[in-house]
Amino acid sequence: MRVASVIKDMGLFDIFKKKNKEEVQKEQESQLEAGLTKTKQGFFSKISRAIVGKSTVDDEVLDNLEEILVSSDVGVETTLKIIKRIQDRVKRDKYVSTSELNNILREEIAALMMENKTEDVHDFVIPAHVKKPYIILVVGVNGVGKTTTIGKLALQFKLNGNSVLLGAGDTFRAAAVDQLKIWAERVEVPIVDLGMNVEPSTVAYKTVEKGLEMGVDVIIIDTAGRLQTKKGLMEELSKIRRTIQKFGDKIQPDIPHEVLLVLDASTGQNAIQQATAFTEATQVSAIALTKLDGTAKGGIVIGISDQFKIPVKYIGVGEKVTDLQVFNRMKFVNALFKDADVVS
Amino acid sequence: MSMFSNLTDKLESAFRTLRGHGKITEINIAETMREVRRALLDADVNYKVAKSFCDTVKEKALGQDILINVEPGKLMVKICYDELIALMGGTKVEINFAPNPPTVILMSGLQGSGKTTFSGKLANFLKTKRSKKPLLVACDVYRPAAIDQLKTLGEQIGIEVYAEENLKDAVGIAQRGVEYGKSKGYDTIIIDTAGRLAVDEEMMNEIAAIKKAVNPNEILFVVDAMTGQDAVNTAQAFNQILDFHGVVLTKLDGDTRGGAALSIKAVVNKPIKYIGIGEKMDAIDEFYPDRMASRILGMGDIVKFVQKVQEQYDEKEAKRLQQKLRKNEFNFEDFMSQLQQIKKMGSIKDLIGMLPGINRALKDVEIDENAFRHIEAIINSMTIKERRNPEIINGSRRRRIAQGSGTSVQQVNQLMKQFDEMRKMMKTMMKLNSAGRSFKGLPFGKK
Ligand SMILES: Nc1nc2c(ncn2[C@@H]2O[C@H](COP(=O)(O)OP(=O)(O)O)[C@@H](O)[C@H]2O)c(=O)[nH]1
Ligand SMILES: Nc1nc2c(ncn2[C@@H]2O[C@H](COP(=O)(O)OP(=O)(O)O)[C@@H](O)[C@H]2O)c(=O)[nH]1
Ligand SMILES: [Mg+2]
Ligand SMILES: [Mg+2]
Repeated sequence: MRVASVIKDMGLFDIFKKKNKEEVQKEQESQLEAGLTKTKQGFFSKISRAIVGKSTVDDEVLDNLEEILVSSDVGVETTLKIIKRIQDRVKRDKYVSTSELNNILREEIAALMMENKTEDVHDFVIPAHVKKPYIILVVGVNGVGKTTTIGKLALQFKLNGNSVLLGAGDTFRAAAVDQLKIWAERVEVPIVDLGMNVEPSTVAYKTVEKGLEMGVDVIIIDTAGRLQTKKGLMEELSKIRRTIQKFGDKIQPDIPHEVLLVLDASTGQNAIQQATAFTEATQVSAIALTKLDGTAKGGIVIGISDQFKIPVKYIGVGEKVTDLQVFNRMKFVNALFKDADVVS
Repeated sequence: MSMFSNLTDKLESAFRTLRGHGKITEINIAETMREVRRALLDADVNYKVAKSFCDTVKEKALGQDILINVEPGKLMVKICYDELIALMGGTKVEINFAPNPPTVILMSGLQGSGKTTFSGKLANFLKTKRSKKPLLVACDVYRPAAIDQLKTLGEQIGIEVYAEENLKDAVGIAQRGVEYGKSKGYDTIIIDTAGRLAVDEEMMNEIAAIKKAVNPNEILFVVDAMTGQDAVNTAQAFNQILDFHGVVLTKLDGDTRGGAALSIKAVVNKPIKYIGIGEKMDAIDEFYPDRMASRILGMGDIVKFVQKVQEQYDEKEAKRLQQKLRKNEFNFEDFMSQLQQIKKMGSIKDLIGMLPGINRALKDVEIDENAFRHIEAIINSMTIKERRNPEIINGSRRRRIAQGSGTSVQQVNQLMKQFDEMRKMMKTMMKLNSAGRSFKGLPFGKK
C-alpha cells in the first residue's frame, strides 16, 4: 500500500500524467470512497444499530442518532441542530419510518452543508478572478499535514499545466525546510529556501519576488505549525500576510489569494477554535482536511461546514503524493450514504 | 452595587433550591448532569465514556449532604472533578527502567502526534533530570526528512542519534541501534518510529516486529491532546498490538480541553506518564490529574470555589460562630477572623458571592480590597477589650481608633454601624433558615 520510495512515487506520476481527465476523476472518486470506508462503516453500522427493532423514529432513535453524530466528532451544537431538523420533520410528516431515516439524515446533512453559502471547486484550478501568480499561504497548528499537503497540491497544479513555486516558510521546526525540499524534488517544482531560523515573512517576500521574476502560475508558502493560543506566533502570521500584500500593486490588491487552513480530521472540537483564531489572524479562505483515511469520524467536516462560511476545499486521504482531492460536499454526503440502502 | 444584587439573587435561588433539599436528589441533579455531560462532550471525551462517567457520578452523588453555602449544582461539579481525578490519577508511575541497562524505550502513535519531538524531550529529560546517558534511534524511514529532524534535535540537546540514512528497514535499524547503544555503553535507548494509522495493517505489523526485535522495557503511546472521539479506537488498536506501558499527551500548551486523556484512560487503563507543553526541548512535564480534571470539565472556577469552601471552614469554627450569633456575642475578633478567611481564599470580588451571611450583611457596603484594608486597620487599632465588647466603643474611643488607624471618625462610625447591622442581619437569617430546616453551621458550614 505504502509507496516507500521517492522513485516509486515518481513512477506513479508518470502513469498519472498520461491519464485523461475522466480517468483521473474516476480514480479520485473511488479513492474518496475508499478513504471514507471507515467513516461509512462507522456511520452505517451505527445507524442500523440505532434503528434495529424500531419501526418509527421516536425519542430513542433520536437519542441513538445523537450518539452516532457526537461520536463522529460532529460536535454537540451541530448535532443538536440536525436532531432538531429531524424532530421537526417527524412532527410535520407525522409518521416517519426508520427505513426513511437514512434518506432524511442524508437530506438534512446535505442541506446543512449546503446552507454554508460557499461554492464547491471541481478541480485543482486557479480561480477565474485570480491574476497570476496565484498565491496560497498555508497555515495551521502543529503536525496537521501542512507541508505534506503543499507537496500534494503542487503536484496537482502541475498536472493541470501550471508552473509552481514553493516557499520554505517553516524556518522553526527541526528539518522543516529539508522536508519541503524533499517534496519539491519529488514533484519537481522549484523552491525558495533561505535555510532555518530566518524570519518567515522574509521567506514569504523572497518567494513572491522570485515567483514574479520567474513568472510562475502558482506560489505556495509553507509556515511553521502554531497553536492558535500563541499570540506572538499568530501575529507572526499576520505579518507574513502583510508582507505578501506589499506586492498588491504588482499583482492584485487582495493577496494572498488563498489562505489555506489545514485541519487534522482526527481533531475534536478544538478544530472550531482553530478555525476561529486562524481566521482572525489571517482571514482564512479555505480549509484542507487531512488524514481522513485514518478516522472513522470525519464528522468534523459537517461541524465546520455548519459553523463557518469557509469552504472545505481539499481533503487528504493518505501520505502518498496523490492522496489529495478537491472536496465536494454532495459527493461527500453521497459517499457517506452510498451503502445506506444495503443496511436499511 | 449591581454586583451585589446579582449575587443576592443567586444566593436566594440557591437557598430556594436547598430548602427541603438537604440532600442531592434525582431532581436537583438532573440539570447539572446534563451540563456536565455536555461539558465532557465539548471536551472531546468519548460519548460512551462520558455517559458511563455521568452515571457513576450520579450514583455516588445521590444522597450526599449539601454544603450549606454551596449550590447543589456546584457541589455536583466538584464531585465530578474528584471522580475524574480518581479515574485519571491512581498511583504515579515512572518509566520502567531495566534492572540491567540499557533501558529500551519505544515510541508509537499516529502521524504528527509529536513522537519525534517527544523522543528528543524525553532524552533531554532523562539526561538532565535522571542522570541517564541516552541514545536516540531514528526508525522513521518514511516521512521526508524525519531522520534529519531527529538529528537536529539530537544536536540541540547534545545526544547522539543512531541512523541509517539510506535503508528502509525500520526493524533492522531498531535492532542495530540497540546493539550499537549497548556496545557504546548507553544506558537508555529511545527509538523514534514513523507515524501510522491504527487501520494500516502493514505498518502496525512493522511496529509489532520492532517490539519483538528489541523487547522494549517501555512502550509509549504518543497522542495529540486535541484528538477527538476517535482517540478511543486508536488507543485501543495500538494497545492491542503493542500492549503499551504508558501514554504521552502532547500539545497541551494550547486551549484544547483534552478529553482524550479521560477516554484513553477509560478504555485501555494505562497511566498517562508525561505531557508535552510546547515545541522546545524542555517543554515536558509530569501529568497532574487534578489540572487535567479541571481542564476537561471546563468548570475550574466552580471546582476551586467549592474546594476553598471545603478547605477553609471547618465545622467547629462554624458551630462556634453560630453559637456566638445566637447569643449575640459575635464581635470584632470574629469579624476579623472571618475577614482573614476570606482573604486567604483569594479575591474578595470572586468570593463574596459564596458567603451568604457576609454577602447579605454587606449588601450596601462598597466592597473593594481597599475597603477591607481600612476595616482591618480600624479593628487593629482597637484594644482586645474593645474587640470583644463592641458596646464599650464610645466617642472618645472612636476618635482614638480613627487616629491610630489613619482613618476618619466617620469611617469608624460607619464600620460600627455596618457591624451592628450585620449582626442583626445574621441573626435574622439564622432564624429564618432554622425555621425551614436545621442549619448545619453558619455562616460557613461544612458538610
Ligand atoms: N495518513 C495520513 N497522514 C498524513 C496526511 N497528511 C499528512 N500526513 C502525515 O502527517 C504527518 C505530519 O505532516 P506534515 O506535513 O509534516 O505536517 P505539518 O507539521 O503540518 O507540516 C506526517 O507524518 C505526514 O506524512 C493524510 O492525509 N493522511
Ligand atoms: N505546541 C506544541 N507543539 C508540539 C508539541 N509536541 C510536538 N509538537 C509539534 O507538533 C509537530 C509534530 O511533531 P513531530 O514530533 O514531528 O510528530 P511525529 O510525526 O509524531 O514525529 C511539530 O511541529 C512539533 O513541533 C507540544 O507539546 N506542543
Ligand atoms: Mg510542516
Ligand atoms: Mg516523527
